[in-house]
Amino acid sequence: MDLNAGPEYKSFRDEVVTFLKENSHMAGKARTPVRPNQEELEWQKKLIKNGYAARTIPSEYGGFGAESDVLKSRIIAEEFSQSSIPMGMANQGISMLVPTLLELGTDEQKKSWISKTISGEVIWCQGYSEPGSGSDLASLQTKAIVDGDEFIINGQKIWTSGAQISDMMFCLVRTEPDAPKHKGISYLLIDMKTPGIEVRPLMTMTGHAEFNEVFFTDVRVPKSQIVGKRGEGWYVANATLTHERGMLGDPNQSATRLKEIIDLMQQETVNGEKLIDNPVYLDRLMRLQARVLSMSFNSLRLLTASHKKLDAKMAKLIVKLNGCQLNHDLAGFAIDLLGELGTIYGKSNHDHGSGKWQWKYMFDLGLIIGGGTAQIQKNIISEAGLGMPREPKPMVGGK
Amino acid sequence: MEFALSEEQEILSESVRKMLEDNIDVDLLRNHSKGDDGIRANIRQLVVDMGLPGILIPEEYGGSGLGVLEAALIGEEFGRYAVPTPWIGNSVMAPTALLYEKGNSLSEKWLPLIASGEITACVSLTEAIGKRSTAGLSLKDSKVSGTAIFGLDGELNPRIIITVLEDNLILVDSESPGVTISEIPTIDTTRPVVEVVFDSVDFEIIPGGKDAIQKTIGAGRVLLAADILGASANMINSAVEYSLERKQFNRVIGSFQSVKHMCAEMAADLEPCKSLLWYAAYAQDNIQEEGDLLSCHVKAHLSEVGQDTARVSTQVFGGMGFTDLLGMHYWFKRIGLNRQILGGPEKVRQEAARLQGFLS
Repeated sequence: MDLNAGPEYKSFRDEVVTFLKENSHMAGKARTPVRPNQEELEWQKKLIKNGYAARTIPSEYGGFGAESDVLKSRIIAEEFSQSSIPMGMANQGISMLVPTLLELGTDEQKKSWISKTISGEVIWCQGYSEPGSGSDLASLQTKAIVDGDEFIINGQKIWTSGAQISDMMFCLVRTEPDAPKHKGISYLLIDMKTPGIEVRPLMTMTGHAEFNEVFFTDVRVPKSQIVGKRGEGWYVANATLTHERGMLGDPNQSATRLKEIIDLMQQETVNGEKLIDNPVYLDRLMRLQARVLSMSFNSLRLLTASHKKLDAKMAKLIVKLNGCQLNHDLAGFAIDLLGELGTIYGKSNHDHGSGKWQWKYMFDLGLIIGGGTAQIQKNIISEAGLGMPREPKPMVGGK
Repeated sequence: MEFALSEEQEILSESVRKMLEDNIDVDLLRNHSKGDDGIRANIRQLVVDMGLPGILIPEEYGGSGLGVLEAALIGEEFGRYAVPTPWIGNSVMAPTALLYEKGNSLSEKWLPLIASGEITACVSLTEAIGKRSTAGLSLKDSKVSGTAIFGLDGELNPRIIITVLEDNLILVDSESPGVTISEIPTIDTTRPVVEVVFDSVDFEIIPGGKDAIQKTIGAGRVLLAADILGASANMINSAVEYSLERKQFNRVIGSFQSVKHMCAEMAADLEPCKSLLWYAAYAQDNIQEEGDLLSCHVKAHLSEVGQDTARVSTQVFGGMGFTDLLGMHYWFKRIGLNRQILGGPEKVRQEAARLQGFLS
């Protein structure tokens, strides 16, 4: 254990702080998925140029081209969050497709897509889940048959966030219906403007449509738009599923929420008493703080492990399960702190910020379910982490 | 920056584990609980031979001069094996108290004896955390009278008693006239706690006042948390092992999702505690301004997680978990004692809040 950063990192941190001081006026606001406007595209460009976004993407594909250094990445994240300035663009194209293309794409695919994706020029959505294939994703049924130089796609995707604003979709389809289910899938890149694609907003319990359903009717996609070989899509996708799980349950988000809650408790009064002076609430706050600290330190441990190229095993397997639950519990606590006012979900003179917490409380429940449900996570933890027997898998192919 | 154990720390932890693995099992804990004094002496000798009582004591006094993190790693192993021998009071809290102000005459006199294993030190700080109507000390004619309770490591005729009188830590030589030590029966038979009755006894003040008390409590809390971590990890491992042997309905019970999920939940709750413990222990020696707060958080949080682990893993064993046959209850009860010593979770969280200025 040595929690002192070396001098190289100290000066790197100074560099980031200076950059933020000089340029923060240009930063946009973090927003729910809407297409980036001109200002945000400019900001993204500046971040890449300085190495604060697309840091390790090779420069030939439009990235900054730095060596991977987890500590520097963390310093960037910390300083941006400290000054409440949104990091570079975070979308599924950047976090999931780009790493996949870098690993498994053809030269041409890399050249065509990576640069445009990291700059924000091309926006992607992910087409994995289907109404009948959630936890059992490999059972997906959207079908692609070959017709000359093209695939013809029919079927339906669900939980497609950002589909309404996306240019492209990376998508799993069944190309070999007779192969075992994991071996009959291909990974395609689909232009969302292709005739036959219909996007329908999916209204959720929050009252907003954070997701969509996407319907495919005889959608024609050039055969060159496949990543990896036919029937290898499951393995191509798995490279990126790991990236998604790492993103869900981020302890930085929990730490930010905890800070907001403490501010709330120091400002809000009931019967003239500040919430922070109420011993029962304070006890709940301390319980949550210990959990937030545990997960933050756990992420430092993961950081060191990845730096040393060690498998952190259990410490890594638990992040999605614990982190999403913790975020949900934090939002639930904020609502309880506000009491009756905590139920306000819309414009009101009595609104003290509950709308945001109610939205998070509900949306987090979605995250506990999505990206591998809590129950699937527990299967993984018990099987991969504790060595307990695997769930029985049917040996039938196709279905 | 490196958030990981060093190679030396890994080796220390493994060698202690190996020694305990070779020498301690449930039968030994059972015989110890029936009052086999030979066991106490034997285990004590093994621990002394490894030099563990001197872990925090500087080399000049015959110890190895390591930090609270190393002590916590050893403590985790002691919890894993429910080791029935003096440890937290004698080897961690007493040296922390005596070392608070460097080079005082008390440290010079007593630390070499603790390090070499010639004597044991018993520590009772209950008075500083929650005064009780049936205990308490008072001062009269420069002598101390009264009762100190929940002394840790008082089972092997401790030569010195460290306790609290008003705002100071005091040290009493148990050979002075007027000192009576007796065991308090608790749920945990692996680690006896004692009450010490003082009848107008001479004492010396350990320098450092309130700050020394706080620092000693902090180190104690971190070590109690370490003990819970080790004990909980052992309960989970044993439960998983058992679930892979025990069959019902022609399959091992560990293949049922309900059982798998109980185990996964315990593991998911316990795993981040390891990082919390490392940080809290490291902070005791290296990040002064966070040391006290982290000692509160790690103690309270592991108390909660440990309690759940103790309950749920007992359930994984089914009826066997409830019997004495497998002896899992030794860990269940050890976790139960750790939870209350030096302040239960609510009490400790209140302190965590106060340390951040949230409570007037």
